[in-house]
Amino acid sequence: MSVAETPRRAVAAGDWIMRNHIWVFLALTVAVFSFASPYFLTVNNLGNLLTQGAFIGILAVGMTLVILNGEIDLSVGATLALSCALAIGLQTSIGTWPAVIAALLAGAGLGLLNGLVVALSGMHSFVVTLGALIGIRGLVFVYTGENALMVEDFAYTEIAEVYLGPLSLTALVFFGLAAAFQWLLTNTRHGRETYAVGDNVAAAHDAGINVKRHKIVNFTICGTMAAVAGILLSMRLGTAEPNAGRIWELWTIIAVVLGGTRLSGGYGSLWMTVGGVLTLAVLRNGLRLLNTPNYVELMVMGGVLLLALALDRALLTREGAR
Amino acid sequence: MSLHFAALLRRHGLLVAFALFLALVAVQAEAFLTPSNVLDVLRQVSIIGMMALGVTFVVVAGRLDLSVGSMLTLLTVIVVDRTNAFGPGLAILVTLLAGLAAGAWNGLLVGVFRLNALIVTLAMLSFLQGLTLAYSGGSNVNVADGTTWFAAFGRGSLWGIPAPVVIFALSAAVLAFVLKRTRFGRAIFAVGGNETAATYSGIDARLVVFAAYCLSGLTTAIAAIIMGSRVMGAQNTIGQGYELTVLAGVILGGTSLLGGSGSIGRTVLGVAMLGFIQNGLLLMGYPYYVQWLVTWGIIILAVWIDLGAKRGRILA
Amino acid sequence: MTTPILTVAGITKTFPGVRALSDVSFDVRPGEVHALVGENGAGKSTLMKVLAGLHQPDAGRIVHHGREVAIASPLDARTRGILLIHQELSLSPELSVAENIYLGAWPTNRFGILRKRAMREAAAAALEALGCDFGPDVRVGTLSIARQQMVEIARAQAFNANLVIFDEPTASLTEAERAQLFATVAQLRSQGVGIVYISHKMDEIFSITDRITVLRDGTVQGTVETAATDVDSITRMMIGRDLSSYFHRARADFGEETLGIEGLHVPGLVHGVDLSVRAGEVLGLYGLVGAGRSELVEAIFGIRRASAGRMRWRGREIPLPTPRQAVDLGLALVPESRKEQGLVLGLGGRDNITLPHLARFSTLGVMRPGAETRVFDRFRDELSIKTTGPDQPVGLLSGGNQQKFVLAKWLCAEPRLVILDEPTRGIDVGSKSAIHELIAGLAEQGLAVIVISSEMPEVLGVSHRILTMADRRITGSFTGDEMTEETLIGAVSAGPAALPSAAE
Repeated sequence: MSVAETPRRAVAAGDWIMRNHIWVFLALTVAVFSFASPYFLTVNNLGNLLTQGAFIGILAVGMTLVILNGEIDLSVGATLALSCALAIGLQTSIGTWPAVIAALLAGAGLGLLNGLVVALSGMHSFVVTLGALIGIRGLVFVYTGENALMVEDFAYTEIAEVYLGPLSLTALVFFGLAAAFQWLLTNTRHGRETYAVGDNVAAAHDAGINVKRHKIVNFTICGTMAAVAGILLSMRLGTAEPNAGRIWELWTIIAVVLGGTRLSGGYGSLWMTVGGVLTLAVLRNGLRLLNTPNYVELMVMGGVLLLALALDRALLTREGAR
Repeated sequence: MSLHFAALLRRHGLLVAFALFLALVAVQAEAFLTPSNVLDVLRQVSIIGMMALGVTFVVVAGRLDLSVGSMLTLLTVIVVDRTNAFGPGLAILVTLLAGLAAGAWNGLLVGVFRLNALIVTLAMLSFLQGLTLAYSGGSNVNVADGTTWFAAFGRGSLWGIPAPVVIFALSAAVLAFVLKRTRFGRAIFAVGGNETAATYSGIDARLVVFAAYCLSGLTTAIAAIIMGSRVMGAQNTIGQGYELTVLAGVILGGTSLLGGSGSIGRTVLGVAMLGFIQNGLLLMGYPYYVQWLVTWGIIILAVWIDLGAKRGRILA
Repeated sequence: MTTPILTVAGITKTFPGVRALSDVSFDVRPGEVHALVGENGAGKSTLMKVLAGLHQPDAGRIVHHGREVAIASPLDARTRGILLIHQELSLSPELSVAENIYLGAWPTNRFGILRKRAMREAAAAALEALGCDFGPDVRVGTLSIARQQMVEIARAQAFNANLVIFDEPTASLTEAERAQLFATVAQLRSQGVGIVYISHKMDEIFSITDRITVLRDGTVQGTVETAATDVDSITRMMIGRDLSSYFHRARADFGEETLGIEGLHVPGLVHGVDLSVRAGEVLGLYGLVGAGRSELVEAIFGIRRASAGRMRWRGREIPLPTPRQAVDLGLALVPESRKEQGLVLGLGGRDNITLPHLARFSTLGVMRPGAETRVFDRFRDELSIKTTGPDQPVGLLSGGNQQKFVLAKWLCAEPRLVILDEPTRGIDVGSKSAIHELIAGLAEQGLAVIVISSEMPEVLGVSHRILTMADRRITGSFTGDEMTEETLIGAVSAGPAALPSAAE
């Protein structure tokens, strides 16, 4: 019995590593940078790193839900910029908190719009949200008149200066949202539907799941997350650049895929996404500390992404062979 | 009459809407449909258009290429820098080869190793951005000697037609022929339409996809040569975001992202529409970014109408 | 006498061009295993989809527990206690066993939060009741096919199903798994559940069912008590027509060997197959779904990589080809699935025909549309294909016309060997006999032909020689008078038990 046990346990361990490879990546990168730079493993630097990574992280929370459904949202960067601009621009006319709420609603509304068009037209979400990416950026420029908006009441920028130990408000919000939505994925009906829809849409439909309504909800969540990130960005910077968040949608997708969530849907988790976001942040921060030119960071990212893809392929082949 | 119009709208909805738009702008702004303005618009879209030609092959084969924007940046830096080093002739050769190599790498991973096209080309986007910075050292490069024949590609003209337009039109004509009338083109449609059936017909889908990506790299290299020649220099961000504009042009023309349908003519139309919308809105006094809003609406409407029309036909 | 759980009366269902079900009536009693048998295309799968709510009948009544009902959707069927267990399982591999059992009907509290413990306990109870050796928390993707099937059966248990429909449940099971399944079926029966059991395997039908209903060409041929009948009479009811008048067999005028295969092996799919076919000969390949027939010919054609095997082509030893080389040698493979493997549905008929032969229809890589159109016109007339023109997308044509385009695609290059995999599946009777004529014609022109079919009369009617396959091996070779329904069924339907190694 025990003879048969050992290899089985080894296989299970191998499976665990295959399915959670991102944490191995993360541990490796942390170890390497800790040795390479004395500044890396300091509370101050790690706090900074988390704050920097949290914006992409919050976008990635919403993106993970959409990708688990087998869809994609390219418009999150533009939505972030719009919410950022609204949160600052509306303050003088309607007050600080109403402006923040309006920014949040704008993000939710645009997510809802994306979801409605995807669900009702049957178009590929890549096309729909590519259009939205271009159009929402247009909205941002129309609203800001291509100038950066400045906050007038500097008390607003103080909000983001809340710290819990080394953790900034932004990082706290990221971890809070990731935990909340991970709980939602594992413990609620909507969460389980998210997997069922992305995994085997025919089976989900036959089981009576309203696939269209379900996807609309997840796109709305994704837009809302983008708005949250935009509002936090406006608090942190005190300005709203019309070009804020440009190509962040691509970084977000990279973070999610790096974590191990599968683009075809049905497989992944926010736990993995957190790993992907942190690895991305550690790489960027660590390479910068080492004073490597910034091109190394970009090239390493490309390489790591391909590696993640190859690992995922290996996992699929293994499961297929069973 | 109204019935006919409805049918016309359903079949050629995009063209009808575009024609209405052209008429509307022409009434508002006299300068719009003059030959010199039309040529100017075409010159402006020729770089995006050139890239879109190759990307059309990739999309018809059922794949995606998100790396063309950063590929354009790198290749523009290369052509400018190598012109300073070797002179234009050799520089252009090196650029074309570099474009081919970048495309071949995408093609190897997506076509031969069958990895996800979105992620592979996304990784390539990041990698090429890094390579550009590594190559240029982060600073902009400029053509030292502006008097060589290198200037002809971006700034010259033939019988009054700007050179970029001539290059774009010739390339479009050749590639339209390739896609529509050659074995390779037929294989592209077959692989994009039904890869399994293509394999059962003895077509090597891996090779076909590989070739499509090579072509995409090559047209991007030509676009880079035009770009370098027109700007007489290259910044490290010159092609940022182009990948999405190029895709928007291809989709706007009506080529389906699912693969197996589309044409070069449609892509040229889609890219030209992007250009005329931008130009028309500018002439009517709107700021340039209003075009993005219009593009959003048009993409959604065009694809929706197209899907509806196809569904109608299959049911009928 | 107990009242039936389900009574079906006068069900008719028509698809464009095909009448799939015509006035079908039968009933299922509580605690009964009711077999539904018939050839492929007899209407079994359509009937089962009607019962599961996937199709709506054009006419007829369904009475469930004494009340007339309309089964609107699979969900509706499930809430009524009717559960279909497909060959393609409707499970989400990434979810746990418990979550799959309750897929889409997860127990929640009023805030939409899963009652995980309640779900796990109920799932565990269902699994326990069925004697499953895995728990409710296992991810379904890690289970074997047999265990995944048990998850679906556990759904029936958990939802207190009163009618369970099994569709070829043993197709991919081992002998031990099959015994386990039968025990489960017996258990459901003892609980008073009505069971519809669809299978090709006569030994299974006679060992576990109470009554048998035979379908042919969409009509019920009769319902009999299993104890009061035998394999021969059921087979006769299934086939039920005079074979010789239906089929045209080619003249037996054989030439040299065209293709010879020795020891062909594809890991897990084809085990050590020898095969030889001569010019002018029609070789039938008979076996049940999953026997490895398609995989065998795909390996010959180079679509699947063989790990071992030798090939002789017209007297010459050659390496196993790639699909491109196979086409160039003169092999043609008319695949099983028109829509997935045969045609590019978005392209026109002309482009589909010339797809395997682009080199022949081009000069220096440039296509010659004139030559292409001529070939299109020739085949349109020869095979009387109904299409509006060379550019009409073939996706818009009927199944029979699509199949003719697949044939044209392979015949236009004058091949030496034509392999047809289920050439008449899902097409109407008129087109069927045209295709049988064509097969005979090809052989008489001196081509070698291999026909794969699950339809017994077809394979008996057109072949000169028949190889039977079971469990991914060749199990018999029959010619002349040896070719009868009984011998073929004997050679394939006993399954692994017929092989010496698995003898009881």
